[in-house]
Amino acid sequence: MTPEEWAAVRLSLLVATTATAASLPFGVAVAWLLARRQFWGKSLIDTLVHLPLIMPPVVTGYLLLLTFGRRTPIGAFLADEFGIVFSFRWTGAALACAIMGFPLMVRAIRLSIEAVDARLEAAAGTLGANPLQVFATITLPLCLPGVIAGAILCFAKSMGEFGATITFVSSIPGETQTLPSLIYALTQVPGGDAGALRLTLVSIAISMLALLGSEVRARRIGGRRAAT
Amino acid sequence: MSLEVDVDHVRDPFRLAARFTSAPGLTALFGRSGSGKTTLVDIVGGLIRPDRGRVAIDGHVLVDTEHGVFVPKHRRRIGYVFQDSRLFPHLSVRKNLLYGRRFATSSGAADDLPSVVELLGIGALLDRPPGSLSGGETQRVAIGRALLAHPRLLLMDEPLASLDEARRAEILPYIERLRDEAGVPIVYVSHSVAEVARLATTVVVLSEGKVTAVGPVLDILPLADTDDGGGVLDATVARHDEPFHLTVLASAAGELQVPRLTAAVGTHVRAYIRARDVMLSLRPPEDISALNVLPGRVVTIVASPNGAHADVRLDCNGATLMARLTVKSVQRLDLAPDRPVFAVIKSVSFERN
Repeated sequence: MTPEEWAAVRLSLLVATTATAASLPFGVAVAWLLARRQFWGKSLIDTLVHLPLIMPPVVTGYLLLLTFGRRTPIGAFLADEFGIVFSFRWTGAALACAIMGFPLMVRAIRLSIEAVDARLEAAAGTLGANPLQVFATITLPLCLPGVIAGAILCFAKSMGEFGATITFVSSIPGETQTLPSLIYALTQVPGGDAGALRLTLVSIAISMLALLGSEVRARRIGGRRAAT
Repeated sequence: MSLEVDVDHVRDPFRLAARFTSAPGLTALFGRSGSGKTTLVDIVGGLIRPDRGRVAIDGHVLVDTEHGVFVPKHRRRIGYVFQDSRLFPHLSVRKNLLYGRRFATSSGAADDLPSVVELLGIGALLDRPPGSLSGGETQRVAIGRALLAHPRLLLMDEPLASLDEARRAEILPYIERLRDEAGVPIVYVSHSVAEVARLATTVVVLSEGKVTAVGPVLDILPLADTDDGGGVLDATVARHDEPFHLTVLASAAGELQVPRLTAAVGTHVRAYIRARDVMLSLRPPEDISALNVLPGRVVTIVASPNGAHADVRLDCNGATLMARLTVKSVQRLDLAPDRPVFAVIKSVSFERN
């Protein structure tokens, strides 16, 4: 593998890990809101969360560019006040991946929270636990397999995200050229087939490892539950 | 302890409008299914916010819609034993029992796990997962879990409803010990006359969302509108008649001879006599097999809505008995209020108290 290919693999892992880790707390919070609370504008939030799943990725990427570009009000504000720059940086790739993976993550976690018996949560309340404590001690442990599944889905989606990423942050080697971007670039140049194939194999290997890891984790949690 | 409840709650087509004040001991909320018992305890426990009303324990207001007071359930310190027990499946029995202690703020949360475990006989279960327990064991753990959260009131919503007869018999003594030893006032929901007769100090009768009667169990139960009506007699074991394997009980209404009880002489027992097990005679019956004949006086006669039978309420020297007769028998004997009669008791169920 060439240094360029290694850089793309490393970058993709960094982007996918960052995207998953950063969006997980939000994913759990939104999933809990959608599963357990009734409030005005709930269907609007539900739609917004799912939008990236339905829209063409290129459109999502372009909307991100319009929102977080260096010269837009939000982009300028974030850069001036917090020093956060998304456009044409790897952080932008992570943002694009997080948004593309968010609906998958929220769906998986929401389903598993809905599967937790709300009567157990009420029982915990009568024993003195406030809503946050109920969530931490009852809801979260019982829906953990779904949380892990949601994180894995988001990670896998991030590893493969192409359209939104390339539209939003382009494909700058070493900065925003992720694994799929590089595979695409290699297929466009003569003699790039070997590199594209190598990266394809790496990509398959990473996906399978992630899936295997989640299986092991889920089984360990299941086993622990049966043993206690 | 006194629990004051005065609430209105409408969920079409159901309408709950209940007010009562309970005394110390075990208060039974009694009524048919659908009479609003569970809704009422859910309101007391904070699981339901009533449309209107007030709930207070010892003057400590939990709900007052007029003044916008609603104490959330986790700050009420009201234990709740659910019909479906609701043990946490991901925690061991021990962790289930200790769950409430993590959140207890009072210093009273000392290490009383051993005493509760002993009270409920669940010592051997501590390290097991809830999924492996029998129905009776599960309910005992659920009771222990609620107790260990140091509630100032314990709600029990038909805790025995999902159990068979043998398991009920296994748990009832523990609930009695709870009432007598733990010192926690209990509100106990039930539609079983036998359970209420055995456990209750005070009875609140609910019918279609309304409280129709409140008072001591001996006064209220004979009035309760049930298919399985009956009277309750407070009695003590007078002596044992060993040759015939009988026990003689002394009650206000007279002596009763019953199959040999294991209770010692002097023990207080509560006898429950179902209305359908009582026959009436105008003269002292002779040459009949029934051993127990109590003299009394007719108080009221209430015919059933379909006119087939009538419930006759008797006053036997201050104690209340009920007899269920056909309307034809009532006419044949020419029964009327104040008429002296003899109650022939075919069978008695006894509950140790």
